[in-house]
Amino acid sequence: MSRAAQVRIAIAASVLCTALMIAASLRSPVVRAAANTSAAPTGSVKDYASPLEILFSRDGRQIYVLCQQSDSIRVLDAHTFAAIKSIAVGHLPRGFSLSHTGNRLYVTNTWDDTLSVIDTRTLTVVATWPVGAEPSSVLEDNAGKRVFVANRISNDIAVLNAQTGAEESRLLAGRGSSYMTPSPDGSRIYATHIYPNLQARRTGVESRIPPESEITVIDAVRGVVEQRMPLHRAAGVFHVAFSSDGRLGVAAQLHPKNLVPLAHVEHGWAFEDTLTLFGADIGASVEVPLDELERYAARPFGVAISPDKSRIYVSCGGSQIVTVVDVVKLLHFIHSHAGPYVQDLSASANYVVARIAVGRNPYGIALTHDGSRLFVANRLDDTVSVIDTRTNHVVSTIKLDGPAKVSPLRHGEQTFYNASYAFQGQFGCANCHLDSTFDGIEWDLEPDGFGRDIVDNRLLEDIRDTEPYKWNGGNPDIPTECGPRTEKYFWRSQNYDSLTLADLTLYIRSIPQRPNQWRLAHKQFTPAQERGRTIFNRVADKFGAPIPEQNRCSYCHIGAKGTNQKSFDVGTRKATDNGALLDTPQLVNIALTAPYLHDGSAGTLEEIWTVFNAKDKHGRTNDLSKDELNDLIEYLRTR
Amino acid sequence: MKKCFMMALLFASMICAYGAPPVLPATMPRFRFESFTTANGLPDNHVFSVLVDGERIWAGTENGLALYENRVWKTFNTNDGLAHRAVLSLALDKRTGDVWAGTMGGLSRISAGRIESFTQLNSGLSNDVVYGVSVEGENVWVATAAGGCRFNTRTNQWTLYNERNTPMNEIWTYGVSASEAKVYYAVWGSGLLEYDQKTSRWDKYDDPDGENEIVLFKDQGLIHEIVTSVSYVDGIVWAATYFGDSRYDGRSWHNFLTKDSGLPSNFTNFIKGVDAHRAWFCTDKGLAYYDGVSWAVYRNSLVDGKPEMTVRDANGNVNPVAVNSAPAHNYVLGIDFQGGDIWVATAKGLSHGIHQP
Repeated sequence: MSRAAQVRIAIAASVLCTALMIAASLRSPVVRAAANTSAAPTGSVKDYASPLEILFSRDGRQIYVLCQQSDSIRVLDAHTFAAIKSIAVGHLPRGFSLSHTGNRLYVTNTWDDTLSVIDTRTLTVVATWPVGAEPSSVLEDNAGKRVFVANRISNDIAVLNAQTGAEESRLLAGRGSSYMTPSPDGSRIYATHIYPNLQARRTGVESRIPPESEITVIDAVRGVVEQRMPLHRAAGVFHVAFSSDGRLGVAAQLHPKNLVPLAHVEHGWAFEDTLTLFGADIGASVEVPLDELERYAARPFGVAISPDKSRIYVSCGGSQIVTVVDVVKLLHFIHSHAGPYVQDLSASANYVVARIAVGRNPYGIALTHDGSRLFVANRLDDTVSVIDTRTNHVVSTIKLDGPAKVSPLRHGEQTFYNASYAFQGQFGCANCHLDSTFDGIEWDLEPDGFGRDIVDNRLLEDIRDTEPYKWNGGNPDIPTECGPRTEKYFWRSQNYDSLTLADLTLYIRSIPQRPNQWRLAHKQFTPAQERGRTIFNRVADKFGAPIPEQNRCSYCHIGAKGTNQKSFDVGTRKATDNGALLDTPQLVNIALTAPYLHDGSAGTLEEIWTVFNAKDKHGRTNDLSKDELNDLIEYLRTR
Repeated sequence: MKKCFMMALLFASMICAYGAPPVLPATMPRFRFESFTTANGLPDNHVFSVLVDGERIWAGTENGLALYENRVWKTFNTNDGLAHRAVLSLALDKRTGDVWAGTMGGLSRISAGRIESFTQLNSGLSNDVVYGVSVEGENVWVATAAGGCRFNTRTNQWTLYNERNTPMNEIWTYGVSASEAKVYYAVWGSGLLEYDQKTSRWDKYDDPDGENEIVLFKDQGLIHEIVTSVSYVDGIVWAATYFGDSRYDGRSWHNFLTKDSGLPSNFTNFIKGVDAHRAWFCTDKGLAYYDGVSWAVYRNSLVDGKPEMTVRDANGNVNPVAVNSAPAHNYVLGIDFQGGDIWVATAKGLSHGIHQP
């Protein structure tokens, strides 16, 4: 090819590319919303804005975007999308809402257990209130008297005085209490939770019971729980929304199929992605699937109902879409077909009318007051998609300020939350490791045989350098655990390329430990914790008899993470287990991760020793009094 | 004028001759009792405890926890998650509306229909036999057959109180009454224990006569070591034993025995103070009310079994009051208040005492 021809081709290619870029920008213009923030260095996921939730000011003129990993609330002009201000809040904010008057914006900061109160007129933080354990969402009542805060770790909803922030009471909520919405008249609050409620443990594979969750209904006037709406077989319930007439409630949730082997992936998916519908339009609550063969709605998260109640919008974090449901068709389907529907992969074709591709890991969604636009917070590409609800097309994409480049760590995080690697895009790492933690569920995994080796899901926090992985210690490192093993037994589809696997590994190794709620500052211990620590480290029992090295707590659970990375038989083998040797699990934030033991047979830390340690193989504990066992557990909670 | 004076003199001389006419103290409440048994909805006639929660009534029976709401009884049992079918004690967390139930097999929390149970195997609870429970702020105080426990609902921490860290000689705790300032434990055979919330220190009140069934000096101290129930209200401790009852104001004791008060029996299962001066006594021979001066007893006659109410005034005069109903049984195990009404747990049914004007 002559040099002139090469130049012509290059020019043509350049023109074509330019034209394509212009066309793309016309179709979906990207608007840059650079806030007045200092430039952050790249290389850490904390540098990225990570928009998690979104809402409009009462007058509709401003957009508030909760940016989790940059610890900020970004305020945008609702018409031009120009950045107005970035407001620094606490560490890792997760939820926010406006006060009844709209003059206050409450923000829950999960990792410093505070609530930021922002004056929406001055866009400044006017108060920071200490609240409960990992506050995840917040609501003020209509009277402006009380503020309700859902605490994920303490599994409750705190009731605060709206003027002072003083806590009045804590209401028992579902496990992993996380999201709330008021009824349209404000008389009630509907709350969901992400981990299934703990139930009485039943050992043996034949006795396993499905997960149970609930929608906790709070009387907002009296400040007490009024009702608990059961969500059978649900685990991982996220946002809930109401129609403006209050007759239709919708919750987005996961419906895990953990009681059957994961071999069923090809035959009907490991998770069902569903909505629970309730309210006067429905009668008794029903669960409907969003999935369709080859078109899954992995990890439904945000929910919004159009003002005219014609559409339900659901963000699906794993599938990177917004699913649009036609309400008339949905109600017609429900009222004309006998349930249950949740196992029916053909059902959603009757009411799902669009699946709109948006950015990476879409989470919070918000409709404009007139319902003409839907704004979608795409957490992992730092954008907000703007959807024209008449055409169901993305008409604009707002780019939030942050690093321009995707770092390897960020790429690993994107991979973790992406469901596209699994067969037909059914689920991803984050399905079982919700928000990079765990799911509180025991699974029957196929490689061990059907009905064999039921395993409890383990926490991912701070797992670097705790190899080997798996309860049987079968995987020597994270690349093996997350690469070939996951690809073969979970995804059953495409493999990660080597760079993607490397980045995924990098991300998983970087997941830190959440702040421990039981640990005092400056490495201090309460008297009970101190007594428990002494028991943990003891080398002789109460009768003076030496405890063999392998039967001391501190031998297996050594070091900062509490594992010597070896396998032992601690006498907990069940009839369904193929072997007795088990990897020593790390103790990181062990207080949060019930149930316990490899198969989840111990519902509480106490049961590890009161029920499953009859022969003292899991440490010498049968000489301990009840007081002393309590002390040991108080210490373990600090790990 | 002279005639009037003579008539007045005659009336006065009659009073002197025959004593004052019976006058019912104005503060003595009268009730019409309606009773519930298995015949009209209760799961069992043996009712250990009763709790008023607004318009709802909870009854702890030998066969489940019964809830009376909208004139219908509903029963929660072990299939619903209750720790044990025999419910011995009940307490209400007024801030959250949660009900705490002490059972023969652990402690249960009933929260808007969801039941969580804590046992000595799955939690830090010291013993599954829970005789008493009391809620104070974020703490639930528990009296068990192996000492007392404090469960912090915010931190989930259990603190155990027994012979190792309190002056408790016996660990058989029968009742507990907790407040922001003080917590009292009724201990079988070990008197009354007091916990000061500010100082975290324990104090102990014993019968000055030891374990002897005698009282050398009246009002010298706690009436007996076998304390079955305690109620702390308005800074006053009301303590029940199987050998009489006591009132303690922090300085002085006042004891009640059948021989010197209107108490129908020294064998008292349960005591509940209304305020600093008034209290209800649940005995094996009927229900008694003390208003600080006079006594009223509500029961079925020990002679003919007919409903009776008697009033004992400050002078020790006992007079009957005509009534048509009485609690379901004289063996009374618990009481709670619903405005002017009372609810009474007995060995053979639950009774609603409807206040009569």
